[in-house]
Amino acid sequence: MHISFSNNFCDPCNFSSKMMEDCLSKKIEITVSEAEKRTGRNAMNMQETYTAYLIETRAVESQTEGQCSPPDSLWRRYSEFELLRNYLLVNYPHIVVPPLPEKRAEFVWHKLSADNMDPDFVERRRIGLENFLIRVASHPIICQDKIFYSFLTQEGGWKEMVNETGFQLKADSRLKALNATFRVKNPDKRFTELKHYSDELQSVISHLLRVRARVADRLYGVYKVHGNYGRVFSEWSAIEKEMGDGLQSAGHHMDVYAGSIDDILEEEEHYADQLKEYLFYAEALRAVCRKHELMQYDLEIAAQDLASKKQQCEELATGTLRTFSLKGMTSKLFGQETPEQREGKIKVLEEQIHEGEEQLKSKNVESREFVKSAWTDIERFKEQKNHDLKEALISYAVMQISMCKKGIQVWTNAKECFSKM
Amino acid sequence: MSYFPLIPTSPSSMLNQYKFEDEPELRDLFITVDDPESHITAIETFITYRVVTKTSRGEFDSSEYEVRRRYQDFLWLKSRLEEAHPTLIIPPLPEKFIMKGMVERFSDEFIETRRKALHKFLNRIAEHPTLTFNEDFKIFLTAQAWELSSHKKQGPGLFSRMGQTVRAVASSVRGGGVKNRPDMFTDINDYMETFNQKINLLDKISQRIYKEERGYYCEMKEYGPIHTLWSASEEDLVDSLKGVASCTDKCCKATENRMAGLSENLLPVLHEYVLYSEVLTGVLKRRDHIQAELDSKVDALSNKKAEKDLLTEEIGNLEDKVACANNALKADWDRWKQNMQHDMKTAFLNVAENNIHYYEQCLAAWESFLTSQTVDLHLGEDSEDKP
Repeated sequence: MHISFSNNFCDPCNFSSKMMEDCLSKKIEITVSEAEKRTGRNAMNMQETYTAYLIETRAVESQTEGQCSPPDSLWRRYSEFELLRNYLLVNYPHIVVPPLPEKRAEFVWHKLSADNMDPDFVERRRIGLENFLIRVASHPIICQDKIFYSFLTQEGGWKEMVNETGFQLKADSRLKALNATFRVKNPDKRFTELKHYSDELQSVISHLLRVRARVADRLYGVYKVHGNYGRVFSEWSAIEKEMGDGLQSAGHHMDVYAGSIDDILEEEEHYADQLKEYLFYAEALRAVCRKHELMQYDLEIAAQDLASKKQQCEELATGTLRTFSLKGMTSKLFGQETPEQREGKIKVLEEQIHEGEEQLKSKNVESREFVKSAWTDIERFKEQKNHDLKEALISYAVMQISMCKKGIQVWTNAKECFSKM
Repeated sequence: MSYFPLIPTSPSSMLNQYKFEDEPELRDLFITVDDPESHITAIETFITYRVVTKTSRGEFDSSEYEVRRRYQDFLWLKSRLEEAHPTLIIPPLPEKFIMKGMVERFSDEFIETRRKALHKFLNRIAEHPTLTFNEDFKIFLTAQAWELSSHKKQGPGLFSRMGQTVRAVASSVRGGGVKNRPDMFTDINDYMETFNQKINLLDKISQRIYKEERGYYCEMKEYGPIHTLWSASEEDLVDSLKGVASCTDKCCKATENRMAGLSENLLPVLHEYVLYSEVLTGVLKRRDHIQAELDSKVDALSNKKAEKDLLTEEIGNLEDKVACANNALKADWDRWKQNMQHDMKTAFLNVAENNIHYYEQCLAAWESFLTSQTVDLHLGEDSEDKP
């Protein structure tokens, strides 16, 4: 972890414009253009159905020259995306790693299927996966990762290559992380605030998505029931002489009204997906906080260790016993050690102390560098989030405006028909 | 063509709301039903409604009356009118109670719906060229409680005996087509069969729409505040989030208005015509029974040569009776049809207007939000250009 770490974080506090220029996303165009159902055998040699996604990459320059060279492409399934992301999480703990689209459909309202094979779900996942790749490719640091590049370009043997990096071994255990979170004494206040923020973000977006789903369900009901008017008006118009035409044509507009909700809600689904991305980003933020807590805790333990060793050393040297220790007691009871034994112990301790001091120094440096580079990425993330969410809210307003305009149109037409009754 | 104003609060305010149509009807009778009051006795609990009448008619001793009536009294009036005019289309009364289990017998919503329907009932009678001069109607509007009770007790009048005869014949003649029924009435019967079906469907559909709109309203009420809550933890997005919250709240309010429009206009109208369907089925049956009386006498004539003279006289009377009944029904049917068309057109126009208004309100809210957001963006862009 120590090694990969120092290669990858950046020095300056802001990402230089050169770094942004060098982003992979500026050099190649990435799309996830297709999804396909496949059947195969899984690890336990059982038949399974899964969806494979086609990743296409094309050098940006080849397009500007007016030549449209065919893109390179390969197929990947969701589990490979997960593997890539886990790899990035372990190797770039100071980066807020972009999240993947949800594994299973959540926040569904009644019409949406919760089935992973549902074509609408697959389509939205395709878009989400493309978004993920573009996010990674646009990040000045992780876009340079070789494993990521091979993910995009090397079909065969990629999985083996990732596993060979041994990143799973480098991963911090959940238990260790939990322990650190509880026991750390002096975490950087900013990370504590960030953790609090990410909890709030997760809670409020979940709540919002849940209610939005219910609102969508009801809206669907309102629109669709109006479709029944169409049928009944039509049947009724058959027995009416003067009212017949007005009824019949009004009924047609009711059908149009009822039909319009499908497109409206599908667009809204994309808006929900944008919010969901930031719901999952909250987890990525927490991961960075957890890493800091782990490092800080590690540092505190090392410092504590060093302090206790120094004290031990001092006690041995001066012969005083300031802290209770079983060894000290027994030596008091059964006689003290010989001066040579004591000398030996002191020497060992002094070596350990020296090592410990070196380690502590480097741990301190590591920790400070982590905080600096993590905080840089967090600032970058904040700007991205503010920009994206503001745009999402604006697009939501645009959707609502479009829905209102359609509504006015339909009901104005219907009104005209009613007036001819 | 009759104009029917929306739930006025008093007869005098009705005067102000009156609109002149192509043939202005000189209305001289204005009725309101309001002020429901609960009465608790040892035996029962019931509601009375205040019925206020303002009139300039000579046959009324006074120009203003205020009485209290309970649902039973309205039932009495309706049956008296049916007996007096068996082939006129008597306006429907609201149901005794709704079995759907949604609304309790004495809930505020139930009482208000009933009050509006009772108000409509009396006004429909007042507008009817024949029924408006009915004596029992006048007594209903003017008699004090004790006067009405004693009048009710006076027993069935001349017409009631006729009613009994009709009922007797009804039980002896099986339902279904009467053999000499004129085509016109068969046509009306066929029409009513389909109309009945369709109006019931429309009633159900509209109730369902109301329910869905109410559900939507409830969810939207929760939706807006979440954005405000979120804005508390996002210092850079406060304006955007609060803006969305405010728009959502405005749309919520607009939905409330839309719902009110449905419940005040479309739903009562549709429901009244559901009840009218039943009324018309009854009227057609009664006409058929009057005709059946005649037919059975004619059959009797061809079988019994003995009482020929008596039967011939009876048949003559019955032929007149049938002709009267048919003419009355024909005229009233034409009138009813015209009213129905007008009422339906008005009701649905109102729905369309409410929806347009709803969408216009929401549009205004979101457009103003969008303007505020894009203005901010442009300001932001300008500041970036500065060196």
